[in-house]
Amino acid sequence: MRPILSISGLSKTYASGLEALKRVDLEITKGEIFALLGPNGAGKTTLISIVCGIVTPTSGTVLADGHDVVRDYRAARATIGLVPQELSTDMFETVWATVSFSRGLFGREPDPAYVEKVLRELSLYDKRDDRIRTLSGGMKRRVLIAKALAHEPTILFLDEPTAGVDVELRRDMWELVRRLRDDGVTIILTTHYIDEAEEMADRIGVINHGSLILVEEKQKLMKKLGKKQLTVHLVEPLAAIPAELADWPLTLAPDGLALDFTFDADDERVGVPLLMRRLSDLGLGFKDLNTRQSSLEDIFVSLVSQRGAEAR
Amino acid sequence: MQSLVTPVITTALYFVVFGSAIGSRMSEVDGVAYGAFIVPGLIMLSILSQSISNGSFGIYMPRFTGTIYELLSAPIAPIEAVLAYVGAAATKSVVLGLVILATSALFVPVHVAHPLWMIAFLLLTATTFSLFGFIIGLWAESFEQLQIIPMLVITPLTFLGGAFYSIDMLPPVWRTISLANPVVYLISGFRWSFYESSDVGVGVSLAMTLAFFFVCLGVVRWMFATGYRLKS
Repeated sequence: MRPILSISGLSKTYASGLEALKRVDLEITKGEIFALLGPNGAGKTTLISIVCGIVTPTSGTVLADGHDVVRDYRAARATIGLVPQELSTDMFETVWATVSFSRGLFGREPDPAYVEKVLRELSLYDKRDDRIRTLSGGMKRRVLIAKALAHEPTILFLDEPTAGVDVELRRDMWELVRRLRDDGVTIILTTHYIDEAEEMADRIGVINHGSLILVEEKQKLMKKLGKKQLTVHLVEPLAAIPAELADWPLTLAPDGLALDFTFDADDERVGVPLLMRRLSDLGLGFKDLNTRQSSLEDIFVSLVSQRGAEAR
Repeated sequence: MQSLVTPVITTALYFVVFGSAIGSRMSEVDGVAYGAFIVPGLIMLSILSQSISNGSFGIYMPRFTGTIYELLSAPIAPIEAVLAYVGAAATKSVVLGLVILATSALFVPVHVAHPLWMIAFLLLTATTFSLFGFIIGLWAESFEQLQIIPMLVITPLTFLGGAFYSIDMLPPVWRTISLANPVVYLISGFRWSFYESSDVGVGVSLAMTLAFFFVCLGVVRWMFATGYRLKS
């Protein structure tokens, strides 16, 4: 299937000399939710801004639904909706006027029924005649989303959609994103909340220092890079790890009362049962066991810090 | 409301001061009563300053508040964006010019000899200076910069451009210097369309205004082509 968004060899060097993107290649499949993760200044917003036509690329091409975003910008941009990171809205317009205006700006015929549907979905309908300036931050965020959806885009960019919004709104927003995906909208969101990516995304890309370090399906990523940690709480303290247990990369807690064993979740040769048997053979009693699977956050932190170290 | 009432009041004040208080002591200029003589100048004064301020604020505010992102990501060509912003700015100042004209007619006998030329000069000047304002609005990085060119350059040029006098009334040296002031040509041409008297030939006026229009157009074109202050 042809990707809905296809980015190849995309580079951006700002006038200041900052190399924000280094030959990024990325393909987004129709109907997926793609999360772009990365620390601040990694190049997430630059990437989105180039696709949307706000920043001019230094080199490389972007095709949105088959249309080059530079040469065939009309067709390309008509398919894209953008919710920016900053809460930049008109102040004196009403919600209804600003959303209707966005629809027209993107070349769509007026359709009050559709605008009403969007506003209702975002719980904005009651506020339709309010001036945007009088709305709370969360409501303004919803207005930005409504504006982005006003022209029925097939690709939706959400740049840090839940930065600074309360828990309830975050849930609402996740709900909305899923509904949009069910309607066939492809969604690309950037975030530095890893739980958000973990919760929402079908695929995850990690970007750091302008390079895409990794693009992987979330499940595979979790499995591939996920570490499990087994902690054995001992009855009697140990002075040192017995030589009989040298086959396992164990670490002993400073008080000698716990053994930590870290292993890859998909490695079948780790031999946890064997370790247990060896422990009881040695007469080492344990009173408790717990295992922990690393979250996306751990994976992300280790990836970014690893690459950061390599860069230096 | 405020944008239409303000110029009406300002114009009325000008007529009280220049028309009645001073005008009664002034002789006719080129056969036109002083009060009526200043009408074209007054209209031009407002058109110039309003066009520049409409044009510059129109594009500066979205840049300032960040809402410009939507314009940049919209499927429209730069020329369409310019047409929209400049067209809106120019329309507002033309309406304003006509309101001032109507107000003036209440105070002094205004006679328009060439209505079509008058409208043409009005439209051309409003469009040109809205474009010029648009350039300032794109260039400015702060509210101070936004105001500085209108205040330090345009206002003095307008006042010294013969809004309230004919440059023939000046000593020869100043008359020659005045000819370097582009606003002289605008006011002169516009006044000709009212009273058929002008400081410089109407053809020259038209040519100068058109020249400035194309210079502004060229600059805007360059700004959009390079993404100046809009895209990095």
